[in-house]
Amino acid sequence: MGDAVVCRGLVKRFGDVVGLDGLDLTVPTGSIFGFLGPNGAGKTTTVRLLTGLTRPTTGSASVAGLDVVTSGLRLRERVSYLAQQPEFYGWMRGRELLTFVGELFGMRGAALRARVDEVLEQTGLSEAAHRRVGGYSGGMRQRLGLAQALINRPDVLFLDEPVSSLDPAGRHEILSIIADLRDHATVFMSTHILADVERVCDRVAIIDRGRLVVSSTVVDLQERYAQPIFLLEPDPGQAAQVAALTARLEAQPWVASLAGDGGVLRVIASRPADAAAGILPLVVASGVTLARFERGRPSLEDIFLRLVGEAEHAKTEAA
Amino acid sequence: MQGFGILLRKELREQWRTSRLPVVAIIFFALGLLSPLTAKYTPEIVKLAGGGLTITVPTPTAGDAVDQFLKNMGQLAPFIAILLAMGEVARERERGTAAFVLTKPVTRPAFLAAKFVALLVTLGVGVLLAGIATYFYTAVLFETLPLGGFTASAALSLLAIMVTAALTFLASTLVRSSLPAGGIGLAAFLGLAIVSSLPRLGRFTPQGLLQPERALALGQGAAGLLGPLLVNLALVVVSLVLAWLAFRRQEVEG
Repeated sequence: MGDAVVCRGLVKRFGDVVGLDGLDLTVPTGSIFGFLGPNGAGKTTTVRLLTGLTRPTTGSASVAGLDVVTSGLRLRERVSYLAQQPEFYGWMRGRELLTFVGELFGMRGAALRARVDEVLEQTGLSEAAHRRVGGYSGGMRQRLGLAQALINRPDVLFLDEPVSSLDPAGRHEILSIIADLRDHATVFMSTHILADVERVCDRVAIIDRGRLVVSSTVVDLQERYAQPIFLLEPDPGQAAQVAALTARLEAQPWVASLAGDGGVLRVIASRPADAAAGILPLVVASGVTLARFERGRPSLEDIFLRLVGEAEHAKTEAA
Repeated sequence: MQGFGILLRKELREQWRTSRLPVVAIIFFALGLLSPLTAKYTPEIVKLAGGGLTITVPTPTAGDAVDQFLKNMGQLAPFIAILLAMGEVARERERGTAAFVLTKPVTRPAFLAAKFVALLVTLGVGVLLAGIATYFYTAVLFETLPLGGFTASAALSLLAIMVTAALTFLASTLVRSSLPAGGIGLAAFLGLAIVSSLPRLGRFTPQGLLQPERALALGQGAAGLLGPLLVNLALVVVSLVLAWLAFRRQEVEG
């Protein structure tokens, strides 16, 4: 199997603002591909370029072997797209909207009705099919978005932040549907929620400031950056001591990165042995008492923060 | 033009289900109904309002009913056309529904054409109902007008309305939201109204069609109509071609 998506030196400028800065990317056919990046990194711009909604300033891209600039209708027959905040015609009923989309893809009659029933079932919207889309909740709207994107059995499905506006239950539902698409289509999912990528994606790319930082399988990425992580959870009410500890940790040569999140300090160590020996004495010296001290593998989030941080640092250095 | 038929069906359903078509039909029908009534009873009202004064008002005729009808179609209907056309493309881009449709296998000309044809149908239904109401009420209150001539007159009125609609439609493809598009449409309508008062150019504007419209409705000849007719048709066609040129490479949000 070849690559479902190929980008070569993709550049997109909006006046003086550079949205994409020479993006090179390949997405293997059949993968569920997580396209990660902080806000403003160029994720949505990439998706809009790959779906033909906008044109690159320079560079080229192909989807399912078709050039995104010149293939027009042939490309749109083979891909589907779900926007970050999908908007539909509120006056239509759910089933009516899916029938309309199916007709645009050339489907007719009994085959179309059967396919509409199938995607309604798949997305859990059968009971709401007769209701006006304008009255759907955010979660239902997202499921409807997924249903309309699936109706043509696309080769490549582009999902732009498909769960970012949903509550945990809604996220769970949508991610389950996406996971079920494995082996049926290539899914290109842009997101900044790393836990979602870890849950459903088999490959991942990280983009920052319009450039590719890394592209790999999720497992490879975690192994490649498999430096141990130390989690320190101080008891509450020790702000001054924790600040002192943070300062001490930052000064250590064996600390690759340090992040505080939800009252937990996450230390990624470049020299694990030194870290194992050095952390607790620093905790004691700072007068911090711990509720938890744990050594584990880095999550995708840790890797993401580190890589994006490195990219930013390299950019600053270059400047 | 792949997808045109499906998009047109959707546009027509939308005109009906969002109440645009029923509302336009009711307004135009009311305007058509009121035209001969206003012509018939205005002198009575003027006399009553005069109190003890003696006011001499000419006896109203079918010509007055036609004048009233054409005035309504020439002055009020274009505002309705602007309100309908200003959001056709801009609103869809603004809301993101344009991106939803344009990522499907449909061409951009089909997207625009379906919208404009649906607009033509809605305004056409309006003019048809207004014409029917005026024609029959004029027959009841005054005399029967020549059917062929009156039909041609109503068709010319529709063309004049469609010029304003097409210019607003063009504006709707050029700007990002409905309101500025409506403003441009209104400015275009007022600009053409000013041009219509110029001695040689005036007859080529939509407002300049008023005289031939009146002559046709009353069964008189309308000599020299071909030039203004073609110019107004060209205004519609050129507006649509420019809308397509603007829209074909436009970046669509969503």
